[in-house]
Amino acid sequence: MRREGQIRIPSGCAIAAVISRNGNRMTGEKIIESMKPMHDRSNGLGGGFAGYGIYPEYKDLYALHLFFDSRTVRKDCEAFLKEYFEIVASEVIPTRKIPAITDEPIIWRYFVAPLHSMLTNLQLDESELVAQTVMKINTEMNGAYVFSSGKNMGTFKAVGFPEDIGVFYRLDEYEGYSWTAHGRYPTNTPGWWGGAHPFTLLDYSVVHNGEISSYDANRRYIEMFGYKCTLQTDTEVITYIMDYLVRRKKLTLTEAANVIAAPFWSTIERSPDPEFRARCTYLRTVFPSLLITGPFSIVLGFTGGIMALNDRLKLRSMVVGEKDDKVYIASEEAAIRVMEPDAEHIWAPAGGEPVIVQVKEGAY
Amino acid sequence: MIIQADGLDHQALNDILRRNPGDCRIEGCCGQRFIAAGMKDQNITVTGIPGNALGAYLNGASITVCSNAQDAVGDTMNDGRIIIHGNVGDAVGYAMRGGRIYVKGNAGYRAGIHMKSYKDKIPAMVIGGRTGSFLGEYQAGGIIVVLNLHTPQERIVSNFPCTGMHGGKMFLRSECTNVTFPDQVTARPATVQDLEELQPYVEEFCALFGFDPVKVMSGPYTVVVPDSNNPYHQMYVAN
Repeated sequence: MRREGQIRIPSGCAIAAVISRNGNRMTGEKIIESMKPMHDRSNGLGGGFAGYGIYPEYKDLYALHLFFDSRTVRKDCEAFLKEYFEIVASEVIPTRKIPAITDEPIIWRYFVAPLHSMLTNLQLDESELVAQTVMKINTEMNGAYVFSSGKNMGTFKAVGFPEDIGVFYRLDEYEGYSWTAHGRYPTNTPGWWGGAHPFTLLDYSVVHNGEISSYDANRRYIEMFGYKCTLQTDTEVITYIMDYLVRRKKLTLTEAANVIAAPFWSTIERSPDPEFRARCTYLRTVFPSLLITGPFSIVLGFTGGIMALNDRLKLRSMVVGEKDDKVYIASEEAAIRVMEPDAEHIWAPAGGEPVIVQVKEGAY
Repeated sequence: MIIQADGLDHQALNDILRRNPGDCRIEGCCGQRFIAAGMKDQNITVTGIPGNALGAYLNGASITVCSNAQDAVGDTMNDGRIIIHGNVGDAVGYAMRGGRIYVKGNAGYRAGIHMKSYKDKIPAMVIGGRTGSFLGEYQAGGIIVVLNLHTPQERIVSNFPCTGMHGGKMFLRSECTNVTFPDQVTARPATVQDLEELQPYVEEFCALFGFDPVKVMSGPYTVVVPDSNNPYHQMYVAN
């Protein structure tokens, strides 16, 4: 079968998320349930979940989740990792054998700490070394693919329907303060385990419903800064854009949202708020190539929070609700009602209007 | 007949509806799509959240939803009536060609996108609250009414209403001083004749949801109509 990056098939999807503002930890069961009423938004060619706060016992180590095609590749990859990292723990990611999920690769996780000598030699900070290592493995090591690389978080993805994938990865056995989920209906690429969502780099994860039309313009720009888009999927480029804007350029999340879902010039000109006009004019001028056009609704996960965002024309649906300390986001209200039947304040954010929810300081 | 929707997919749920042509009440609905698609001569009440494309191609049946509804309510409906007691998602009345939709709450983006009419087939949609951007996008016919009854301090419609509108008529219960319309439409205060045309829709809305028709009719109303039924005749080639 031809993989992501080798073929383009011109796509629908489901996304959902839950976060506890108080940092209360939840198992993955509810987020799995949320995907069931949205079953028809996926076609069985991919799905996945990201959980934050799930590895408290290793919270200061980078958790690398990898797919391997063979044992030999795994051994080679481990040898490569040991040059740069201390591997504190390594194990097979536990799964359940179920008929709905087949042809799984070798799925492994490593909890690693960058070697101080290497950081000094290379004059890199920890996160940059990890990011570069992920890029190197994913572009140069055939048969190995890093699909999660953050601290105290993890991504779990596969080919299949999301509700089955959650059972396969035993997400009922993990507890996190936030979860995101995705059901895939791939339109441009054939559907491979690595191509499922969430896409991640470090602790940033993106689940995405849509099909952006600015992919190549965005890709050409972001690849100037060392990112390598290997899979032809638009979600990958969104993930790297968010890492670039937030981690490297130190923009706030709202500023990053104003870059990728920039308001129309006419909307900026008509705004009565001078601060808004100045900020949006500045950001559109500095980062014109990072404007993402075409339909998207995304949830960005990061340490201590989530951000939901629609494209500026709002060509995809997204609904937000809350109950007590929890905030729920989904492509459909039905998915929120499954997680919390009594959810309140159900509303649909406008196109380009970021919804940022953070866990209170000290609770994650 | 009462139908428990729990555990039924959209196909199974619609099969039961088709086999039971009398009045039906669906309980515990949770995201099942295409409910009552193409149906006529039936009264259907829904509790819970109906899925996308509720009443698509509806052909005369009456649907009442006790809570919110999702996207594309009444997609291409031909006849009948859909009543929503909560809010609706995006693209309500998408390409609607007949019948009436009444929404007590707010509507999302692109309400009434590409509504159309032909001779005596004049669809109508009344939104009790506000609407998102692109209200009446490419509207080709029919009547859209927005009342903004619940949060009058908020703008009645968000950005870019009437983009590509080239037919039909819109009634907005506001002076619309804070709304920007495109060049190819005319927005003007409602005349006495306009209000006479509007009255039956407002009366039906008020009867359904318990509002005072005199107060709701008191306006002020802005009427929006296209300047031309062929606004783009010179865009690419003369046509």
